[in-house]
Amino acid sequence: MAASIAATAAVPVIRVRGLVSRFGAQVVHNGLDMDVVPNEIFGIVGGSGTGKTVLLRTILGLRSPDAGTVEMYGQDVQRLAAVDRSSLVRSYGVTFQNGALISSLTVAQNIQLPLREYYPASESTLEELADLNLALVGLAHDDGKKFPSQLSGGMVKRAALARALALEPKLLFLDEPTAGLDPISAAAFDELLLYLHSQLRLTVVMITHDLDTLFLTCSRVGVIVDGHMITDTLDGLLQNQTPWIRDYFHGARARAAGGPAAAKDTHG
Amino acid sequence: MTVLELEGEGDDWRLHLGGDWSLAALTQIEAQLKHIPGGLHGTLVCDWSRAEHPGIGPVWALLLHLTGLGASRLGISHTGDPPHFLELLQKLQSGEHAAPAPIHDGPSLEESVGKVGRWAVLQGSEARAVIGFFGRIVTVFREMFSRPRALRPSSLARHLYETGVTAIPIVSLIAFLISVIVAYLGAQQLSRFGADIFVVDLVTISVLREMGVLLTAIIVAGRSGSAFAAEIGVMQLNEETDALRAMGMNPIELLVVPRVLALVIALPLLTVVADAMGLAGGGLLSLLNLHIPLPQYISRLRESLSPTTFWSGLIKAPVFALLIAMVGTYRGMQVRDSARELGRLTTVAVVQSIFLVILADALFAILFVQIDF
Ligand SMILES: Nc1ncnc2c1ncn2[C@@H]1O[C@H](COP(=O)(O)OP(=O)(O)O)[C@@H](O)[C@H]1O
Ligand SMILES: [Mg+2]
Repeated sequence: MAASIAATAAVPVIRVRGLVSRFGAQVVHNGLDMDVVPNEIFGIVGGSGTGKTVLLRTILGLRSPDAGTVEMYGQDVQRLAAVDRSSLVRSYGVTFQNGALISSLTVAQNIQLPLREYYPASESTLEELADLNLALVGLAHDDGKKFPSQLSGGMVKRAALARALALEPKLLFLDEPTAGLDPISAAAFDELLLYLHSQLRLTVVMITHDLDTLFLTCSRVGVIVDGHMITDTLDGLLQNQTPWIRDYFHGARARAAGGPAAAKDTHG
Repeated sequence: MTVLELEGEGDDWRLHLGGDWSLAALTQIEAQLKHIPGGLHGTLVCDWSRAEHPGIGPVWALLLHLTGLGASRLGISHTGDPPHFLELLQKLQSGEHAAPAPIHDGPSLEESVGKVGRWAVLQGSEARAVIGFFGRIVTVFREMFSRPRALRPSSLARHLYETGVTAIPIVSLIAFLISVIVAYLGAQQLSRFGADIFVVDLVTISVLREMGVLLTAIIVAGRSGSAFAAEIGVMQLNEETDALRAMGMNPIELLVVPRVLALVIALPLLTVVADAMGLAGGGLLSLLNLHIPLPQYISRLRESLSPTTFWSGLIKAPVFALLIAMVGTYRGMQVRDSARELGRLTTVAVVQSIFLVILADALFAILFVQIDF
């Protein structure tokens, strides 16, 4: 599976060119470009309603662009989605904004759901793999027996991450993974993400509003402004004079001293 | 093709891992793991040099299997470029890996008795909750006299439209068809005795006393009872009812009472429509099948009616409406936590309200016979 979509270092993992997304008269993206290189944590920020989730859905092949192209590992996502949806789906893991755990299944069953679909192993092995994924995200065996409604917000995010990891993707998409979490849980999630990123050698694309998360985890950040994306390192963005970006990072200048470089040392 | 070869003897073992070790090969790997004999001791070296695309799941399965085999008597090491996440997995494994759940044997006497007890307590608290729910509705009704704003006219109007006006076509159609069927089957039997004209009595009495109101109630239970439960249930799931409470508003007043009131008004009106359509259906069949002209049908209809026939049907409608609306809204308010609950309670709402309507109808029948209504 990983062999068919080979990760050659030269090819960007994701390459979006001239993306246009429209809803009726409303133009959400207007010629958006985006590149994600292997093994980085790429942050996407932007005001509410600037089309971050729409961009994610387009990259995942859940929505077709009104113009422009989206490539994953050098292949057109729309074409992949039409020809061989299952191999496309198996190449990435996703967590949605609200967790999107299936509410009638336990957490363990949620994790086993994609495994059962693609790799029908014996029950005991599936149990073991569910436990493994739970352990990877720092949940206990007993949490696996709970239903999503019985979990706290932070546990839902972790459980969703465990499900996203179940098929062992090299590419992980996270839509606002720390939104709605208290700062301590959010910080713990950031650490978990960094840990998994280094241990499992993942490429991560993360939508977030959380400046702490951005500074701690992201190597490069794409900001959606007026339907375009401005991509830069955090240091670069701190110097950027685009009004929205300036306002957004305004309170963040002080943080820059202990920014991403320092954070990497402690977690890398 | 996955390869898993064990080599060596005594205290010195070597496990060659080759071929496809990705998640896709999981079932093969599972099968091959079974061939490794148990009871090994000494040292075991896993040689990864020929394994391709090792996946986390398969490696995890291997580690668990090896640990299970040798328990503590086997020293396991890895050579030949082991997967980069091996260390992580070993850490996870040595850490707090969950203990297996305690094994349960069959239900003991104690457990069975406990189950019955729990069930009884549950029924008791449910009964109390229903009474409490009814009480809260009554409270809001009483408040409405001192505080007319509590009536929520716009909400009431919407529910009157949704439960009443939009139900007219289906209620009319079904009432019409059923009475045609009754008249048709009745005519088949009665014409053998030359008593054709009694078809009119049959239709009139059955439609006005029973079928008009009962059919309408069942249709409305299916349409509006389920809608009430689902609408309120979704609001429960989205914490909308909690938000209302937090803003100092009473969900019973805002969500439940308008629905109950609307249905109590709409169902009698729908029943009148159903009665009219039923009589029309009977008339049409009498004309076409039995050649009873319309004026004769109407005069016979007048004769067969006693003063109470119409009212004995209609008087049941508000009671049925109350039952349907209360069950629907109560089940909706019971939804907690999950979409599955929503589906279950919506079904329960419909089934229970139809059951209660028919039960009430039976009680009415007995009552009416007793008081000769
Ligand atoms: N299915 C849809 N139909 C119409 N408009 C939509 C739809 N999905 C998203 N939009 C619009 O697209 C814009 C971007 O939405 P979204 O990507 O969810 O924003 P965010 O950046 O907060 O995630 C919003 O203005 C929203 O109204
Ligand atoms: Mg969004």
